[in-house]
Amino acid sequence: VLTFNKINNDFITICCHVRSIVLCLLLIIIQYAHTGKYDYDLVVIGGGSGGLACSKEAAQLGQKVAVLDYVEPSVKGTKWGLGGTCVNVGCIPKKLMHQAALLGTAVKDAKKYGWQISGPICHDWATMAEAIQNHVRSLNWGHRVQLQDKKVKYLNVKGSLVDKHTVKGLSKAGKEMILTAKNIVIATGGRPNYPTNIPGAVEHGITSDDIFWLKKSPGKTLVVGASYVALECAGFLTGIGLDTTVMVRSIALRGFDQQMAGLVTDYMDAYGTKFAWMCVPKRVDKLSSGALQVTWTDTHTGNEHKDTYDSVLWAVGRAPETKALGLDKLGVQLRKETGKIVVGADESTSVPNIYAFGDIGEGRPELTPTAIKAGKFLARRLAGHSTELMNYDNVPTTVFTPLEYGCVGLSEEEAEKRHGKDGIEVYHAFYKPLEFSVAERDASQCYLKVICERGGDQKILGLHFTGPNAGEVTQGFAMGFQCGATYSHLLQTVGIHPTCAEELIKVSITKRSGLDATVTGC
Amino acid sequence: MYRMFRNQHNFTYGNAYHISALSDVTCFLEDGTNYQEMLLEMTGQKTVPNVFINKTHVGGCDNTMQAHKDGSLQQLLSSNEAYDYDLIVIGGGSGGLACSKEAAALGKKAMVLDYVVPTPKGTTWGLGGTCVNVGCIPKKLMHQTAVLGTAMQDARKFGWEFDETVKHNWETMKTAVNNYIGSLNWGYRVALRDKNVNYVNAYAEFIEPHKIKAINKRGKETFYTAAKFVLATGERPRYLGIPGDKEYCITSDDLFSLPHCPGKTLVIGASYVALECGGFLAGLGLDVTIMVRSILLRGFDQDMANRAGEHMEEHGVKFLRKYVPVKVEELEAGTPGKLKVTAKSTESDEIIEGEYNTVLIAVGRDACTDKVGLDKAGVKVNPKNGKISVNDEEQTNVPHIYAIGDILEGKWELTPVAIQAGRLLARRLYGGSTLKCDYVNVPTTVFTPLEYGSCGLSEDRATELYGQDNLEVFHSLFWPLEFTVPGRDNNKCYAKIICNKLDNDRVIGFHYLGPNAGEVTQGFGVAMKCGVTKEQLDATIGIHPTCAEVRSQLFRFTSVFISFLPSIS
Repeated sequence: VLTFNKINNDFITICCHVRSIVLCLLLIIIQYAHTGKYDYDLVVIGGGSGGLACSKEAAQLGQKVAVLDYVEPSVKGTKWGLGGTCVNVGCIPKKLMHQAALLGTAVKDAKKYGWQISGPICHDWATMAEAIQNHVRSLNWGHRVQLQDKKVKYLNVKGSLVDKHTVKGLSKAGKEMILTAKNIVIATGGRPNYPTNIPGAVEHGITSDDIFWLKKSPGKTLVVGASYVALECAGFLTGIGLDTTVMVRSIALRGFDQQMAGLVTDYMDAYGTKFAWMCVPKRVDKLSSGALQVTWTDTHTGNEHKDTYDSVLWAVGRAPETKALGLDKLGVQLRKETGKIVVGADESTSVPNIYAFGDIGEGRPELTPTAIKAGKFLARRLAGHSTELMNYDNVPTTVFTPLEYGCVGLSEEEAEKRHGKDGIEVYHAFYKPLEFSVAERDASQCYLKVICERGGDQKILGLHFTGPNAGEVTQGFAMGFQCGATYSHLLQTVGIHPTCAEELIKVSITKRSGLDATVTGC
Repeated sequence: MYRMFRNQHNFTYGNAYHISALSDVTCFLEDGTNYQEMLLEMTGQKTVPNVFINKTHVGGCDNTMQAHKDGSLQQLLSSNEAYDYDLIVIGGGSGGLACSKEAAALGKKAMVLDYVVPTPKGTTWGLGGTCVNVGCIPKKLMHQTAVLGTAMQDARKFGWEFDETVKHNWETMKTAVNNYIGSLNWGYRVALRDKNVNYVNAYAEFIEPHKIKAINKRGKETFYTAAKFVLATGERPRYLGIPGDKEYCITSDDLFSLPHCPGKTLVIGASYVALECGGFLAGLGLDVTIMVRSILLRGFDQDMANRAGEHMEEHGVKFLRKYVPVKVEELEAGTPGKLKVTAKSTESDEIIEGEYNTVLIAVGRDACTDKVGLDKAGVKVNPKNGKISVNDEEQTNVPHIYAIGDILEGKWELTPVAIQAGRLLARRLYGGSTLKCDYVNVPTTVFTPLEYGSCGLSEDRATELYGQDNLEVFHSLFWPLEFTVPGRDNNKCYAKIICNKLDNDRVIGFHYLGPNAGEVTQGFGVAMKCGVTKEQLDATIGIHPTCAEVRSQLFRFTSVFISFLPSIS
């Protein structure tokens, strides 16, 4: 009886197998008819802003798409959900913590405007972090829902390339899966660097991958680096009342206009952020008290210094996530110095059918909106819907330091280099935001400049603005820039009174004239 | 340098008018080329002859001949010896000040007269006109106070801990705002003195086409003549003409320097002044009601206007729609006192009554053109609204009298427009410029609690001009990142652009309802000056995360379906 039963069971199992094989075959045939010989038209590795935009766009154009996303935990063990750097450990939590800092200033300003606040004003990290983390989680969720709505297959697996049409996925549990696709897009982004030669850096330090997910306040913090990430983090930490020091090896905001960078750091200095200029950290030791002792060298004097901190945040650049992708096997060309993938104007790599864009593309701006746009364009091209290429020129950007800095186009240095000092005219102004007046805030660093060609109709080459709401101010001007705006276009535009942005269309003093550029009155 | 040059090397032409021509003086000079360089720097012209008349640069031979032909040479030569001034500007507001300073900077003898007639409540103020004293500046600062009130609520959600019961103190705010205004008044006086503009604090009226009478505070009369005049007298708030209005009500002329908190307030009107004032008063925690006769923000995009209004309503501002006040009575005197307002429905015979501490009238503004002797000068005024018509060079029907700013018929009542018009006018009159003030695609912002910025046509007007079929409207509701954590105003912010399909999808209207609308809109104004099309708009990369980037995500309009922009981007 038992044997019979077993046979019977086996028979049933076999029958089931046959059925499922037939079903599978059927499915494969259906798929084949749809996508040719591949599982998917498009497999996107990386579910950040770019990868999601690309996969959703492709799906909307009728392509069969899968997107693979997997967050390798940070050294400190921090991990997060779908959406990539911007949503989880970049723009979004950064801007919200910046907003928290701005609101601190607002509360102080409010007293001057007649709001009666008695007693102390203090900040609770946990409340802020929890609120921001909840928002980020809602965005993670939103992304998943969107993928589902748009019929993009989302796989929480770590993708790597097997051949030019095959991707291997590895799940958290160690399970492997194989996907084939007509086209493969790599959009795995970058992750923060740790310094390699500083004892204790990795063990005791955190990066921007961790800061936004800390449950407890980082306390007295040393931020190492002077990239925009470093300054933004140091800015909001100062703003919420923490003792914050920025350690800078050489210059701040490399690649940005250096006059503007100077204003940004001057403002931070006055705001309470400490700067250790021309200093390089040497080692980090954990004391028995739990505090971190940092030893550094002042390269100016050669002297060694020590101080203790509760947290050390490394913001010394980001590296692309290419190592585990199996790119070398396939011969996908990388730029040695940066580890980034060499890409063409159409985001193609050196291997046909494999594309790469976003932070991982060599020479590409590391910005969310650029990645989103490039991803959409790529999807349209891959779907045969368009031939339009992404235009990477004139990308506007804003640094959300305590005094925000927005710009589009060339820095003054770059404009000089390209056009010669005599080939450019720089209009500039120091202005005072109206809101600062009653609040009795110092506006010494509120400044703007418009760099124009000197001849002809004075085409604008670069536009720079430090002040409140720099992002909002810069966006529209970037659009004008896109339309080839000239200085006379600015002059012809009527101002909106009273705003900070109107100072940009009123600017009339040239640097060459040497006249005082301080704006007075309306 | 310049003076030295003139003194040494000028020669006479005609009736003792100074003209310098380098070719005629080179014989005295070892280094004529240096002077040529200097002339180039001064005039942008290196060649000779290089002709100046009364410090005004005319140009070379061709320019001089041309000037002779079109009569402007004669005008320059005959200029002003008979008059006290080259230019008298009546009205020291934004436009008048800009114009007089520019004229003086171009070497003209300029005077500006400013006099503030006190309001029925007795409020007066200093130099600078409406914008500085009773307009844009105090308005924006009080709006900012309200914005900070919201910021304080938000702050708690962002982890800030402070006093649970924060109240607002009107007097602190009023004093701070008025101190700042005082510093601006002073700044203007210094600027006028520095630029050699003669400022007279007196009320001016024409007694002859080239002559005015100035009456100062003590009633002393002085007479001045000028070759040219610019009228820049602006406007003052209109009253209702009902019993009790001037006795008991205030206007925006009084509100910003009111010594006491207005308390429970009724705002009459739905102009931007009404909505802005009602908005910030509510933001300070006051009980505010707005009485609206017909529509909100006449002339603005009605869809946007209603959204701005709805947002105010959601935040506690009460609207009494389709009522007009009939009388205002005082129940109790005090600071503030208590007033009874009786109003009548515009649709039925219904009469309603309400009690308020303060009644603010904001039903429009009247041009100050009726008591300045324009009849004596022959300047035509529209009898219906007191406005003055000018040609595209701001010239009235009397050739030597010009007008700028809020008193112009059919033009924008905006400070920057008046400044631009005034400055460009002076440059055309005295600087040889031909650039005219462009009144098209003027960007502007209404500082309602949720700010509304716009540039170009309203959807209503665009439909009228081009027909609905020729328009493509892109729009989106959005939720600013800053609002997410405090969880407020989800999907209340809204942006739309209107494109003309007949013209390459050119953007002809931009509308934005959300935080920092002024800052957001300004750059779009520039883009519209550059003739931005939808394609170029799409090609612009967003700045993340900002509200301004939302425009790159505007969805195609369908009449029944509004795309909700996900809060992710």
